[in-house]
Amino acid sequence: MDITKDQYSEEHQSAGKPVKPKNISVIQKAVEARHRRRKLVEQVLFTTFRGAAVINGLALFIIIFFMLKNGLSAITWEFLSDVPRESMTKGGILPCIVGTALLGLGAIVIALPIGVASAIYLNEYAKPGLILRTIRLGINNLAGVPSVVFGLFGLAFFVTYLKMGVSLVSGCLTLAALSLPVIIGSTEEALKAVPDTYREASLGLGATKWQTIYRVVLPASLPGILTGAILGLSRAAGETAPIMFTAAVFFTPDLPGSIFDEIMALPYHIYVLATAGTNIEATRHLQYGTALVLIALVLGMNMAAIVWRSRIRKKLK
Amino acid sequence: MRNKRQSAEKLMQRIFFSIAGASIAILFLIMVFLFMEGLPIFGVVSVGDFLFGHYWYPTSDPPDFGIFPLIIASVSVTALSSVFAIPLGVMTAIYLAELASKRVAEIVKPTVELLAALPSVVIGFFGMVVVAPFLQDVFDIPTGLNLFNSALMLAFMSIPTICSLSEDAIYSVSPGLKEGSLALGATRWETILRVILPASISGISTAVILGMSRAIGETMVVLMVAGGAGMIPESIFSPVRPLPASIAAEMAEAPFRGDHYYALFAIGIVLFVFTLLFNLVADFIAHKYRQVGEASL
Repeated sequence: MDITKDQYSEEHQSAGKPVKPKNISVIQKAVEARHRRRKLVEQVLFTTFRGAAVINGLALFIIIFFMLKNGLSAITWEFLSDVPRESMTKGGILPCIVGTALLGLGAIVIALPIGVASAIYLNEYAKPGLILRTIRLGINNLAGVPSVVFGLFGLAFFVTYLKMGVSLVSGCLTLAALSLPVIIGSTEEALKAVPDTYREASLGLGATKWQTIYRVVLPASLPGILTGAILGLSRAAGETAPIMFTAAVFFTPDLPGSIFDEIMALPYHIYVLATAGTNIEATRHLQYGTALVLIALVLGMNMAAIVWRSRIRKKLK
Repeated sequence: MRNKRQSAEKLMQRIFFSIAGASIAILFLIMVFLFMEGLPIFGVVSVGDFLFGHYWYPTSDPPDFGIFPLIIASVSVTALSSVFAIPLGVMTAIYLAELASKRVAEIVKPTVELLAALPSVVIGFFGMVVVAPFLQDVFDIPTGLNLFNSALMLAFMSIPTICSLSEDAIYSVSPGLKEGSLALGATRWETILRVILPASISGISTAVILGMSRAIGETMVVLMVAGGAGMIPESIFSPVRPLPASIAAEMAEAPFRGDHYYALFAIGIVLFVFTLLFNLVADFIAHKYRQVGEASL
């Protein structure tokens, strides 16, 4: 290596003078060897990076594969439409499906207006400064609060302090608090994607700021906001820890009649069957089946949101 | 007329401002209620004994409320999971941002997002019924539900966070820097190592911290997969009982507003403080070492 460098400098010093052909070929060889080595390092590393990306895909694929392989046989019409029977070793999971749907929808109905309004303030009204920084810090920290702490909060605040009891409404409120940062984030992204020229044109025509937001910005960003809502909904539907103390119970024979009823939910049902059921091995296929239904629900919503979002992005470009 | 419009404007702005405060209000309420239900335990046991006591036997008589083994469990599970998650997450991010063709990226990115969307209970279930027996066979250990297994499962929960945030950071490196390096004869890898990574290191650090924060607070995976033994782990194949698992597993049995109940809320406080610190550090790094294009090099 050093020799190469010396030869290089020699060559530079002797610029203009004829150089011996033999010398050139030595330099060329050394340079080429070095170049090959650098390329080789690059190729090895890039293959590793590609491998890392493949591992992620593989992980997702393997999980879904095992759920499909072992759970598909459990999925029958009866499984989807019947209540659990014989201490949950037979029958279906209808109350869990209904419970999860109600929890997710309830959470989103509460969180969406608050989240969208927060995002509107952050993106349209707020000026950079201490207040904005504080609110953002609050949202980021809320997003980082562990799900089980949300559960504790729901238990202490909604269930005990506000005397709502272990009920659908306590669960919805807890999940709404949890999905709020998700919705704020995606709504902000949607609002940012609306070109400023839209706002300027509206303001230039004499509309006030609120009229501009209501008539121009919101309609233009609506698909993006709804995508975010779907993502928030799927997040809320898949959570277990926040509803363990606030809404879900091992077993209720009936579908919920009011918002103050206890409910069953898919994630909690999987947990209960897999860890505390009367016969864990015998209900294995029911566990797989329930997990499969949950995955189908959550991933289905996510895929729809992803596809929808990429179509919006293409349109905006 | 004009005045009416203007006052309506002011009113709308106030309304939006107060709604935007909701997140802070919720965060504040969480703190208030955690402390309200958790602090009474410190009338029974001192803060030092609670944090550093080696025995967690909340139901024996007299009960022991020492959460040191649980803290060690949480920290070791998170540390081990980041050993898997950081390289995988950052390498995937580099691949997506710098190497992958647009078409490949359009397939890989949603895959990572879907991985993030998998409910934690499903990952926990997968760890229990598929990975645990596998580990038991391969390593010939008494139980597959242990520190290693839960760290592995947690890694796949924090990879998406690390990957997507790192990717954003790498993307936002100004193309001028990259082109300059390539024009000087550096290979693509040298450009990535010497130019792009240093320029985006603050964003990547933020991503890593947030990923670890997600891992330390994750509940269902450690509840189902970590094994549940409240002891200081001796090896990576020891069963452990991290903080969130204790809360989730014991809350149902704890008598309402008894000492055990208070102790579980106090664990919640510890967990909350942990994640709050992680987030504040991430926020600090993101603002202090903000990427400012060429000037940051």
